[in-house]
Amino acid sequence: MKQAFARQPESFEFTPDNMETVKTIVAKYPKGCAASAVLPVLDLAQRQNDGWLPRAAMDRTAEILGMPPIRVYEVASFYSMFNLAPIGKYHVQVCTNLPCWLRGSEQVVGICERTLGISVGETTQDGLFTLSEAECLGACVNAPMMQINDDYFEDLDEASTESILLALKMGQKPRPGPQGGRKGSEPAGGLTTLKAIAGKGDGPEAS
Amino acid sequence: MPKLTIDGREVDVEAGLTILQACQKIGIEIPHFCYHERLSIAGNCRMCLVEMERAPKPVASCAMPVADGMVIRTNTPKVQQMRRGVMEFLLINHPLDCPICDQGGECDLQDQAIGYGYDRSRYAENKRAVKDKYMGPLIKTIMTRCIHCTRCIRFITEVAGIPELGATGRGEDMEVGTYVEKALTSELSGNIIDLCPVGALTSAPYAFTARSWELRPTESVDVLDAVGCNIRVDARGPEVMRVLPRVHEDVNEEWISDKTRFAYDGLKRRRLDRPWVRRDGKLLPATWTDAFAVVAQRVKDAGGKRVAAIAGDLADCESMLALKELMTGLRSPNLDCRQDGAKLDPTLRASYLFNTTIAGIEQAGACLLIGTDPRREAPVLNARLRKRFCVGKFPIGVVGPAGDLTYDVQHLGEDPAVIQEIAAGSHPFAEVLKQAKKPMLIVGQGALTRPDGAAILGMARRIAETCGMIDDEAGWNGFNVLHTAAARVGGLDLGFVPRKNGLDIEGILEGAAAGDIDVVYLLGADEIDMRRLGNAFVVYQGHHGDAGAARADVILPGAAYTEKNGTYVNTEGRVQNGRLAVYPPGEAREDWKILRALSDVLGKPLPYDTLGELRARLIKANPVFARVDVVQPAAWGEFGGDGQVDRAPFVPPIDNFYLTDPISRASLTMARCSEIFITGELGKTGTDA
Repeated sequence: MKQAFARQPESFEFTPDNMETVKTIVAKYPKGCAASAVLPVLDLAQRQNDGWLPRAAMDRTAEILGMPPIRVYEVASFYSMFNLAPIGKYHVQVCTNLPCWLRGSEQVVGICERTLGISVGETTQDGLFTLSEAECLGACVNAPMMQINDDYFEDLDEASTESILLALKMGQKPRPGPQGGRKGSEPAGGLTTLKAIAGKGDGPEAS
Repeated sequence: MPKLTIDGREVDVEAGLTILQACQKIGIEIPHFCYHERLSIAGNCRMCLVEMERAPKPVASCAMPVADGMVIRTNTPKVQQMRRGVMEFLLINHPLDCPICDQGGECDLQDQAIGYGYDRSRYAENKRAVKDKYMGPLIKTIMTRCIHCTRCIRFITEVAGIPELGATGRGEDMEVGTYVEKALTSELSGNIIDLCPVGALTSAPYAFTARSWELRPTESVDVLDAVGCNIRVDARGPEVMRVLPRVHEDVNEEWISDKTRFAYDGLKRRRLDRPWVRRDGKLLPATWTDAFAVVAQRVKDAGGKRVAAIAGDLADCESMLALKELMTGLRSPNLDCRQDGAKLDPTLRASYLFNTTIAGIEQAGACLLIGTDPRREAPVLNARLRKRFCVGKFPIGVVGPAGDLTYDVQHLGEDPAVIQEIAAGSHPFAEVLKQAKKPMLIVGQGALTRPDGAAILGMARRIAETCGMIDDEAGWNGFNVLHTAAARVGGLDLGFVPRKNGLDIEGILEGAAAGDIDVVYLLGADEIDMRRLGNAFVVYQGHHGDAGAARADVILPGAAYTEKNGTYVNTEGRVQNGRLAVYPPGEAREDWKILRALSDVLGKPLPYDTLGELRARLIKANPVFARVDVVQPAAWGEFGGDGQVDRAPFVPPIDNFYLTDPISRASLTMARCSEIFITGELGKTGTDA
């Protein structure tokens, strides 16, 4: 289980701006169903608190949404998107499930470890990177891939992975998405079907 | 009614049942772990898989509602194989520590593994290990044994209404616990020990003290509150090893409070196991003959009118009748069973009963609580109120201190004047009660023990009458008195109250202080202020060295509720029999026998020598005792006073749920609970509003 961090802050309060956002989120749900807002509210709390959820934040969320605290703990400990301990500025999550593994996710994990000088599950000394293995993130068509904070980096190989990490280290903003040059998840070797607009040649003859 | 075929048998069952329930109805047992008839359906253990025709996969019978034309098979080789498969998965991570597990011998997993388990494991990898959780002083956890059925979570959330347990983490990392280090604050928490199908949650005080097959069960009733929960007392040799609930749908379903379950260690401590006589200011051991002689001398010197008797909260009806008749023989009119001074009168039975009955709560449409905190006074009854609340449309108003009752209430104020307004119909809640179908009210001892108790009782009667709580045609009586003492209703039924010109509890205490009463006979009465007994000669007959024994001049050692065959009447007026599970310690004797023997020495022999004869006498004294375990509706009438109520706020009669009587006060377990839940941090934040 994700272990709760030992040094917990005493209290947590949403910033006035975020509190407004919380109200907007809660307003999306019918009256009496505020508990439904637990995921977005926790996410907001995590973003406000440098990427992790202290217990005080979960308790505050429970209070705002009128839920028993244990119900919030259950949610926060269930989803891998919620971190219950402090985390690096960049959370590098490499998918190591089957499709990514077939396409070389082991090499991606390896280059991450070498570049950052840490093993999976650790955070760099400067507090910049946390490396973890993730279960399928749903981008198998662009395997192997990793997620850094909110961005997907896809079609990785050792070189592209390293350059992404180095760019982040230097404070640059690497381009998210497929690194091999293709757009989205279109076929890697160029289009194989629907190459032409109907009736304008190239395609199979309409009969 | 859907008609379905189960194992080739055509059955008609009510719609809304599940396949598992339908199977149980016709006597087919489906193995299961997570399913429990009193909890919501989880469907996560998968043990109850059955084959259903035209379904591609096996279905979990506990979660599948019956439908017309279903064809179910529960005994095919495929079903057997599925069950064996599920069992194998469950056993992958379950430790093989049955020899040192307290659940051993009464474990669902163990039993079902005999039917469906392989005799060897195909699993060579390391087993999962889980850190044990802290759940307070009552519940011992060995979480590696947990099979994640979530029964405990569902019980605490749904029945107890204190959502403190949950499943954190996911997949293989899922763990059941409180997440934060925290004792469970529910008064019903012990029930999760019974619900746990494996040995993950076991009783901490009982740990490693006995094996289930060594125990001798005795079916009895609880006396530590006035609900009269049905219990099973498990004893080994001369010792009570544990107390478990027994199913009684109309009283406790299958729950008991933590006090009922865990106070039993108090039965072994501070016991009075021989007679004592005070000589020169010091209590010295004595023989029965000596002790009786001293009592007889003092009673003779005093003469009838200067003798008084007070019956305590745990007294059985047999001994109360014997004492009452002994007092009649001595020509003393001074006797009282209301040691808390409750302004209740035995003339009209409906005036002191929980007329709606506990099961009747489920039909009620609205409820008014007057000066009562049912969560502390009767946790099991409170669970019934919560059960009704959870069905919905059940407004509950509270006049008096409002703590967390585990359901939403409208707090109408602490001022007793509010009930005056409701009785007059000028309070908005009066309208709520009038609009509701089958409204009810509960008056607690916190309201009735006040000096203006009689006026409050009268006010409550007027509320009942004006708000439509008394409906003879529908057989509905919504007027309820919630007692806190197991002996009270029995005492009132027997008329253990002052005879003509006799003194009541207040009069006895005043008389003793003023020197008008020379001898006070305490039948297990410990809740009175002993300093007010003045210089009176005090005879204490009871089982624990509590307040009464400390003040006594002669101590006659009696039997606790597990050590005698006694009759008790619960707050509903239900006559129930407690049974002897172990013999009283040392020279202690069953209470009615002590009184019978004493009556001989006093020269006023009581006319019965056996329990049978005494019980026949009970029935003669009040016919309600003829019908055991039946609630007989009581006739309505005029009762209660007319006076003004005092404006002083209500005070709850129980300030410490864990220490309410001589037994629980002698219990180390209860002392620890009190330390943690009442005087400790949790008490400050949790139980006080």
